[in-house]
Amino acid sequence: MNLSRTSRTLLRVALAAGLAVIYVPLAVVLLNSFNSDRTFSWPPAGFTLRWWGAAWDSAGLREALWTSVQAGLGATVIALVLGTMAAFAVQRYRFFGRETVSLVIVLPIALPGIVTGIALSNTFHTVLGLPLGLLTVIVGHATFCVVTVYNNVLARLRRMGLNLEEASADLGADTITTFRLVTFPMMRSALLAGGLLAFALSFDEIIVTTFTAGAGVRTLPIWIFENLFRPNQAPVVNVVAAALILLSVIPIYLAQRLSGGDPQTH
Amino acid sequence: MTTLTTTAASPGMRRRAASFLHRHGGVRLSLLLSAPLAWLGLAYLGALAALFVTAFWSTDVFTGDVVKVFTWANFTDLVTGEVYRTVALRSIGVAAAVTLIDLVVAFPMAFAMAKLASPRAQRWLVIAVLTPLWASYLVKAYAWRVMLSSDGVLGWGYGLTATVVTLSYLWLPYMILPIYAGLERLPNSLLDAAGDLGARGWRTFRTVVWPLTFPAAVAGSIFTFSLSLGDYITVKIVGGKTQLIGNVVYDNIGAANNLPFAAAVATVPVVIMLVYLAAVRRTGALENL
Repeated sequence: MNLSRTSRTLLRVALAAGLAVIYVPLAVVLLNSFNSDRTFSWPPAGFTLRWWGAAWDSAGLREALWTSVQAGLGATVIALVLGTMAAFAVQRYRFFGRETVSLVIVLPIALPGIVTGIALSNTFHTVLGLPLGLLTVIVGHATFCVVTVYNNVLARLRRMGLNLEEASADLGADTITTFRLVTFPMMRSALLAGGLLAFALSFDEIIVTTFTAGAGVRTLPIWIFENLFRPNQAPVVNVVAAALILLSVIPIYLAQRLSGGDPQTH
Repeated sequence: MTTLTTTAASPGMRRRAASFLHRHGGVRLSLLLSAPLAWLGLAYLGALAALFVTAFWSTDVFTGDVVKVFTWANFTDLVTGEVYRTVALRSIGVAAAVTLIDLVVAFPMAFAMAKLASPRAQRWLVIAVLTPLWASYLVKAYAWRVMLSSDGVLGWGYGLTATVVTLSYLWLPYMILPIYAGLERLPNSLLDAAGDLGARGWRTFRTVVWPLTFPAAVAGSIFTFSLSLGDYITVKIVGGKTQLIGNVVYDNIGAANNLPFAAAVATVPVVIMLVYLAAVRRTGALENL
């Protein structure tokens, strides 16, 4: 490629600057979680571990965390089942309206969250007469999580092809045995990756959650948002933010292990 | 005893089920499609349709109850109301500005990642771009709130600019990743060929790189545009008194308790997104999501 030395340097500088912009705000949050000043005046006057202790002791926070984990797990399980089924149907069969399936699956995430939120809450509330609660949150989250599993499984099926499954059938395995011993093991890492994304999406979601959660249900994002504008809660909110930044390393590590341990990607 | 009978009975059952499924592709397909379509096709699209119907109803001024009689009133208010027009145009402007900023920032980054970095560095760079995606959305908006506050690191204060900056920051990885994937698929030999035929950097970009990565950029823009269009949380956190479509919808559900009008307002971003999706479907952008 005939790029001049200057353009190469400029592109590299752009990349470095972009990454700096991505990471500086996160670093500020991390640093502020040790800021001894309540209002985060900059530069910090001193450092303390006090806010981390206060966050650890907050019962409301712990409850919100648990609610988020439950919602995330519920939504992920549903998304795994629905996403896999849809991906198999689209990748392995030809049928009328096949092109539309992708569109319908992308729609909940392509439409603004507030639209999905009020559409679902209106349906639960007015049409079905269901009380809003954790279950409605799970249903709402699952709706927009399907796409992550669907895309991962679809891509995997496309790459896998049919040869191994046909070989298995030729060797006398029936449909179910082939799925259990050949197809499923080959899709496992795609399912894990899709599930991981689905969980992360659900764990972080606030808009659909706002409309589908009943009065008593508080996920972690809702807890953060409620406490964001309370000046005396600011240090604790900041600790939660810092903790979430540190915790985001876990899924990244898992995702890397998944793609690294997968012989088909490399 | 019972375990014996079940193990004896189930293989036969299973075998029969398996061979039935093997012979009937149509049944297999219907079974696979049933649950996803019932959920997303019937329930979700049904919910959207119900919301759309609600937009043609009204609210009783005194009781606050929904009056289920057809009326164009909400849409007439929406079109004639000076405020709503301003808010709608402002929202589209914000979404377009965020998309443009992200595109301009993301493209050189993605290009440097895909074409200049060594394979080993590429792996790490992808992780570096992905990592903030896993950090909470609220946390990132909050980080900017802290930095922009009058005694913060930047101290610019809150408002429309703060909203655009924060939204661009939030959705940047969604733009980088599809473009990076698109550039990675672009064979280096094409770039070399363009070079051999005498094209310089800018010409190569305009005639080879951009046309081939356009669908990927459009895929990224679906995220940045849609996510900005519906946002009301970031606006509340860093926007000061700024109002976007999302805020109007939210306020009409909460404070004003006027679901029909909220539904009418909510159709605005939906229509915009549907037009957008329909327009980009042909570019193959949906396959790049």
